[in-house]
Amino acid sequence: MHNMGTVQRREVPFHPRRQLSDDALWRLFIFPTLALLIAMNIFPLFYSLYLSFTDYSAIARKPPVWVGLQNYRSILNDKQLWVYFATTGRYALFSVTLEMVIGFGLAMLLRERFKGSGVITTLILIPMMLSPVVVGLFWKLIYNPSFGIFNYLLGFSDPSKAPDWLANPKLALWAVVIVDVWMWSPFVMLLCLSGLNAIPEYLYEAAVIDRASPWFQFWRITLPQVAPLLLIAVLFRTIEAFKAFDLVMGLTGGGPGDATELIAVNLYRQAFLGQWRTGRSSALAYIILVIIIGVSNVYIRYLNKLRGEG
Amino acid sequence: MSGYKSLLLTLVIALMLTACVPAATPAPAAPPTQPPAVEKPAEQPPAKPAVQELKILWAEWDPADYLQQIGNLYEAETGIKVTVVQEPWGSFYDRAFTEFAAGGATFDMIVGDSQWLGQGATQGHYIELTDFLVGEGIADTVTEATLTYYGEYPTGSGRYWAFPTEGDAIGWAYRKDLFEDPAERAAFQQQYGYELSVPKTYKELMDIAKFFTRPDKGLYGVAIYTQKDYDAITMGYENTMFTYGARWQNPETNEVIGWVNSPKAIEALQVYKELYDCCQPPGMSNAFFNETNDAFISGQAVMAMNYFAFFPALASPAINPYAANTGFFANPAGPYGDRHAALGGQGLSIVSYISPERQEAAKDFIRWFAKEEIQAKWAELGGYTCNKNVLASDTFLKATPFNPAFAETMEMVMDFWNVPVYAQLLEVTQRELHRHVVAGEGTAEETLNRIAEEHDKILREAGFIKE
Repeated sequence: MHNMGTVQRREVPFHPRRQLSDDALWRLFIFPTLALLIAMNIFPLFYSLYLSFTDYSAIARKPPVWVGLQNYRSILNDKQLWVYFATTGRYALFSVTLEMVIGFGLAMLLRERFKGSGVITTLILIPMMLSPVVVGLFWKLIYNPSFGIFNYLLGFSDPSKAPDWLANPKLALWAVVIVDVWMWSPFVMLLCLSGLNAIPEYLYEAAVIDRASPWFQFWRITLPQVAPLLLIAVLFRTIEAFKAFDLVMGLTGGGPGDATELIAVNLYRQAFLGQWRTGRSSALAYIILVIIIGVSNVYIRYLNKLRGEG
Repeated sequence: MSGYKSLLLTLVIALMLTACVPAATPAPAAPPTQPPAVEKPAEQPPAKPAVQELKILWAEWDPADYLQQIGNLYEAETGIKVTVVQEPWGSFYDRAFTEFAAGGATFDMIVGDSQWLGQGATQGHYIELTDFLVGEGIADTVTEATLTYYGEYPTGSGRYWAFPTEGDAIGWAYRKDLFEDPAERAAFQQQYGYELSVPKTYKELMDIAKFFTRPDKGLYGVAIYTQKDYDAITMGYENTMFTYGARWQNPETNEVIGWVNSPKAIEALQVYKELYDCCQPPGMSNAFFNETNDAFISGQAVMAMNYFAFFPALASPAINPYAANTGFFANPAGPYGDRHAALGGQGLSIVSYISPERQEAAKDFIRWFAKEEIQAKWAELGGYTCNKNVLASDTFLKATPFNPAFAETMEMVMDFWNVPVYAQLLEVTQRELHRHVVAGEGTAEETLNRIAEEHDKILREAGFIKE
């Protein structure tokens, strides 16, 4: 027994688990994560901020030249870029509004359980699972005035008289909005459904006892209860609308003319596609970031206000 | 069986087998005077080339496969392996120039776009090949236009940075069955007062396009480039612009005001827009090579504009149901005696970041590749040679239905700017042309005025126009 005990004591120092303190574990997991975060996120963030104050092209084999605020001045004075910002704003407004209305409407319809509602919910969710580039190319065919089904469904049987949605500058932005709404309303619907299902039934029961009208129930119970989730959907979709790129590139390439040239598309054009204006495009990216943070802040303040009231 | 008997049997069988084997040819007796083998110096195996592999970067398409086959021939002949690394078109530029920015020596050569020459030369990514190409007479073997546009920078300087490798330009495909139909010919003759045939001028092209445009039958006169993304609509318009005698710049001073928006340029843009408005199939507001080919294959377009590199699909019965009745022609002439076509294609450049030894090996490959017999082989495989003699040979002209038009076109090609700021110039041009031709905004004059102003600004800032 004594010998065995000796042997056991000799093995103890070689057992690694006994040496890992909480601090060591913390370091083991946190430091690599921190290192990765700094290398992949924090460093590029600050380096691109620095580059935004320089004249620099990532392919020119020349070091960045400090130009101060010149890139920002040049962008803010570029009338063409403000056109793209305005187009992006319109696109965000139209698509997010429609997505909220349609998504919320679908959620209200699917809230009531009926035969096949599960299958219908799943089918409605399919568009948001597809790649935006594929969706863009797919809808390009649907919009085709010669053989696309869209005009046919609108009642145009003669292709020569049907509108060319992607070639008409007055219709092209709407064409992109329609596709975005088709793709992302299910996302809003999903959020709203979870909100609707969380509303306690006793609220409605009390309202019925008080002889409240369906409109009153909707306005005073349903909408306020779902509003926080709806606002989160608005926040997510607005941010996405400002970043919209792949769907537009697949569908219109920014055309006709610059009718659908969203700011993210133009940013890509300046940053790559032969131009490689790295300094200027970094500055543009920061301007877009500031705008998105500003818009998000407004939403978040409103959201907090809603929660406070709740 | 005892061990003794077994050993005996084995020996007998071995002897019998030995007897059955044919007698080996006796080795010749060593001459008596031959020194002992140990004193003979060991025979040296052929020296291995110092550079054993060359890597070429190119876009992912059929001609790159043909170049790989040419590389295999080179390996068989010299023992130097040639690998053609293919990158999808969408990321080809980015892959090449990020590699250059890092001073990388991954690739020895690159088949780069003609528009990259300015960047390749001024930013030090390509080595200058003037002494090599001119000194060894290689420059004389290719057509002048291809040497200028695929190899020379600055244009007209006599300094070369690439060997013209894949010639390409925009041409036209047409439906021979409709052009040769007696009823159509009679109707056309009656309507326009001249015979229906392959258009020799832009006026004829317009007449034919309008004649065949029959929306009620789903038939349209032309399929032309309109895509906004990179350079499609600019290349399409260039076909008309150069042919109408307009140019992007004053060749002496690079001045653009009065050139980009010259009366001839305005007229050319009006013609291009008219072609789009009157005769382009619906839904082709963002069309490039795939879309124009598709419009032709689906029977919507009677004439289709495209780079010659994409015509093999139209000549293939497996892809195009009208292949047997598909003809090809070079861009027709303009009204003022000019006749040109927009250039595609690429030249082969040597990357400057590889060792001098590898640079010499790359030159050896180009020297070999430029030989007429290899260029003939290149053309036979499907590559578009720029070699004068091969282009003019009967074998080449009869190899495909579009080769005669291609050979004709390669004598009249012209290109967009190839200066380092070409992408900025292109972005303006694409945006404005698309805005006018497709979206129908403004007049041709207003459009070209805007392009001229913006080009002027970009070129002045970059120092290409002196005050």
